[in-house]
Amino acid sequence: MPARAGGDRRRVARVDRPVNAIGWAVAGACGLAGLGVLAAVVSPRRARQGLVGAATAGIGIAGLLAGVAALCGGSFEARLPGLLPLAGAQLALDPLGGWFVAVTGGVVAVAALYGIGYARRGHGPSGRGVQAALPVFAAAMLLVPAAADVATFLALWELMAASSLVLVLAEHRARPAVAEAGRWYAVLTQSGFMTILLGLVLCAAHAGGTAFADLRAAHLSPALRSAVFILVLVGFGSKAGLVPLHVWLPRAHAEAPSPTSAMLSAAMVNLGVYGVIRVGFDLLGGGARWWWLLVMAVGAVSALYGILQAAVATDLKRLLAYSTVENMGLVFLGLGAAGVFLAAGAATLAALAMAAALLHVLNHAGFKALLFTAAGSVLRATGSRDLDTLGGLRSRMPATTALFALGALGASALPPGNGFVSEWLLLQSLVHALPAGGVLTAVAMPVAVAVVALTAGLAVATFVKALGVGFFARSRSDAAATATESPPAMLAAMGVLAAACIALALTPAALGPALSRAVAAATGTPVRAVGGGLSLQLAGIASTMSPLLIALALTIAVAACAVVVRLVTARVTRRRAAALWDCGAGPPTARMQYTATSFAEPLQRVFDDVLAPETDVAVTPHAESAYLVARVAYQTRVPDRVEHALYTPLITAARRLGRLGPVLASGSVHRYLGYGFFGVIALLLVLAVTR
Amino acid sequence: MSGPAQVAAVAATAAQVVVVAAGAPLLVGVMRQVRARLEGRAGAGVGQPWRDLRKLLRRQPATPAGTGWAFRLAPLLLMGTSLVLAAVVPLISTGLPADPAADLFAVVGLLTLGTVVLALAAIDTGTAFGGMGASREITILALVEPTILVAVLALSARVGSTNLAAVVTATLHDPLQVVSPASLLAAAALGIVVVAETGRLPVDNPATHLELTMIHEAMVLEYAGTDLALVEWASSMRLTVLLGLLTSLFLPWGIAGAGLAALPLAVLVLLVKVALLGAGLGAAEVFIAKLRLFRVPELLAGSFVLALLAVASSFFLA
Repeated sequence: MPARAGGDRRRVARVDRPVNAIGWAVAGACGLAGLGVLAAVVSPRRARQGLVGAATAGIGIAGLLAGVAALCGGSFEARLPGLLPLAGAQLALDPLGGWFVAVTGGVVAVAALYGIGYARRGHGPSGRGVQAALPVFAAAMLLVPAAADVATFLALWELMAASSLVLVLAEHRARPAVAEAGRWYAVLTQSGFMTILLGLVLCAAHAGGTAFADLRAAHLSPALRSAVFILVLVGFGSKAGLVPLHVWLPRAHAEAPSPTSAMLSAAMVNLGVYGVIRVGFDLLGGGARWWWLLVMAVGAVSALYGILQAAVATDLKRLLAYSTVENMGLVFLGLGAAGVFLAAGAATLAALAMAAALLHVLNHAGFKALLFTAAGSVLRATGSRDLDTLGGLRSRMPATTALFALGALGASALPPGNGFVSEWLLLQSLVHALPAGGVLTAVAMPVAVAVVALTAGLAVATFVKALGVGFFARSRSDAAATATESPPAMLAAMGVLAAACIALALTPAALGPALSRAVAAATGTPVRAVGGGLSLQLAGIASTMSPLLIALALTIAVAACAVVVRLVTARVTRRRAAALWDCGAGPPTARMQYTATSFAEPLQRVFDDVLAPETDVAVTPHAESAYLVARVAYQTRVPDRVEHALYTPLITAARRLGRLGPVLASGSVHRYLGYGFFGVIALLLVLAVTR
Repeated sequence: MSGPAQVAAVAATAAQVVVVAAGAPLLVGVMRQVRARLEGRAGAGVGQPWRDLRKLLRRQPATPAGTGWAFRLAPLLLMGTSLVLAAVVPLISTGLPADPAADLFAVVGLLTLGTVVLALAAIDTGTAFGGMGASREITILALVEPTILVAVLALSARVGSTNLAAVVTATLHDPLQVVSPASLLAAAALGIVVVAETGRLPVDNPATHLELTMIHEAMVLEYAGTDLALVEWASSMRLTVLLGLLTSLFLPWGIAGAGLAALPLAVLVLLVKVALLGAGLGAAEVFIAKLRLFRVPELLAGSFVLALLAVASSFFLA
């Protein structure tokens, strides 16, 4: 698309190598998208998934390169007047956009590679339409952060939404739940698009131009700014899965094919974050404090609600999707804190909170892509996502188990995982905010710290459950007992993700310069927020922490411990195989193990006012006597309460409105002619009165 | 760092690890002995936990059928986290070389990591007791977390750093801080947290013989021999480090600075402080009963409110 018309490219920045590199990478991504679509349409079914996957992986790598080049100080601008009607298309990549392009590119490349392996032996969708949508989705997602004009941004956003809907619907013939998930996703993503469209068009109409540069320079009234911000916050919040607009996420991410789930959950949701940063901080220039307190509140509610639902979920992919809601909530909490600090004039703290949010986007992308791909391997091997029927996979799928464990370590924010680093940064910016603001900060920050802490604690519970019940102990079904390890291509893709997670966990300080550039582009303050070599050092705060040294110390301590135990107990080191003792009751059967449901029961009981679990007990009496029980059916489930309270009335109202349709459109041509006649008369009357 | 200072720092770390490792079983012995005497029993003596450990270390570990690497590795990992904690938390010196590597959040993270490792091992056994213990332990862990971090906020906000040495040094320079409302409230909150984290009464009963009432003990039922020795030892070390952390945060006097000379005295002071605190805890346990599991969240909510009040008072009364 854009860069193929290279003659129009206008270079604003210094003409040095990064400019060329970014331009070439963007052009390459678009070219590969074209090739991918071509391959999807013309190639035979057998070769299709491989070719399209390779093209998509190429798009991802090109995006990664473009993003890294932008983060290293390069910049890129392109103007393509002929591509879109009226305004034309404009592309530009600054370090902030580069951060998101790099994250998206990395996830897309690895997920596509995984998808090639996943597709072997008839797994995964191979239809022409679905395969053609994949490279389009990848390229649109990569270009959204590079859009520099309202029309380009909206066109790419809609392209991304539409192509992702096709991907979500890939397996709709196999399961009816897919179609339902697709409907939820379509409605929420289109409503979100409408509010973004309204917000940006409102802004552009008053600014007198559609380019982001015009919007930045415009002088808008505070009320208009607030209206624009609220509109785009709703739209971007629906993409990022913020409560109460999260309802599509646990459905779509669970029902989509696993490589797609990884792309949705690790890459696409991030663009909601990008949108709020771009419009709220960059285009509207920060704005009022209440905006960001609202963002903090929404983020906090999303984080808590998401992780609570994840803690009681038994479907592995649904659990991961709710964990995405949680992590996006934490990112928005960081964004809100950055906005509050910026409004209070504490630029360094704002930079720190923004750095925490951006780093968490990256870390979340790493571990969530790893977790979703591992869950996909489990689904492929056992045909089940239900934790209550899994178990014992560690001996059948050792590599997948180890990879899932690594992802779970990151997701539960424990040292030395990668999630810990960004949550540590977030906590530091919240803890040291007390002197910065007034009374409101003093109330909001401790509550925010408590929310992050409770979220972290519940995340630990969630992932201990997912790993322990899903992969350890004994198999709860035949499918789990006969599972086989995934093919090398899938393991290789997961290995790349695991290596990325380990690097992010151990050497976060290496990202310091790139992160600082992205933060400076977002908040407008050139502060080197995060630095240091071996240990992380922060601007303006004396706290330090070194994940590398912690990991090293742990390794040394465990190794020393193992050696000492071996030396001291040289006589007895041979382990004795024994039956399970189980307090003398053993050996228990696999059905007597704790399941995911029973593991989460205490938490469900503690939080039952929030979760409102539903329990059905159906007692069937004997035919002869009502006092003899023939059968007792017990069923418990935790419905999404927000969905229940908010969406059920909406759907009922929409249905009622829909029933008006047949009344109005009875099929009579006379009636339709009458509508036309009276419509024209009414219009003429209105015109006659008003003009 | 100059030569002698480096020597002193390494010596302090080594001394701390050795003191914690050697003293932890004795602390458990003291607590049991105090309890026994108050209950009118003779007690087995302060050295009994050490004798138990020696006995267990001579016995073969068992690998129950159906367990995997999570079960086998957990004792080593738990011990590893306890050793790192003993090397990081300033108990006898504020000049530890590891201090910049791990602040209070990392210390909390390492404690949690140890619990998680043990919970996964318990689930790995595939017994109902293991699953039950893990489920309950993790529930309590999740509910304890907000109290800890908000209390950390109350303590570190005035210092401008969450690094432990900085917090302790700040208290040493300004002793009146200890009796400030923020500090007292945070101490109460953290005290409850320590009781919950280490599985003491009224949250868990370390001496119970009823499987259905226990939390921590239910997780380690399948361990035997050296494995059990490591788990028991590491658990007592965690208790020691946590009690030591409480004394360092709220009664830091006697703790050594960067030099070598003050170390022996600091070790002695630490032993006395932790032994007194342990004896107090042991004595208190005589007079309270275990709470029902689903009353524990109320206790933890109470401790959370204390921590929140600590933050509020540190802001409004400062």
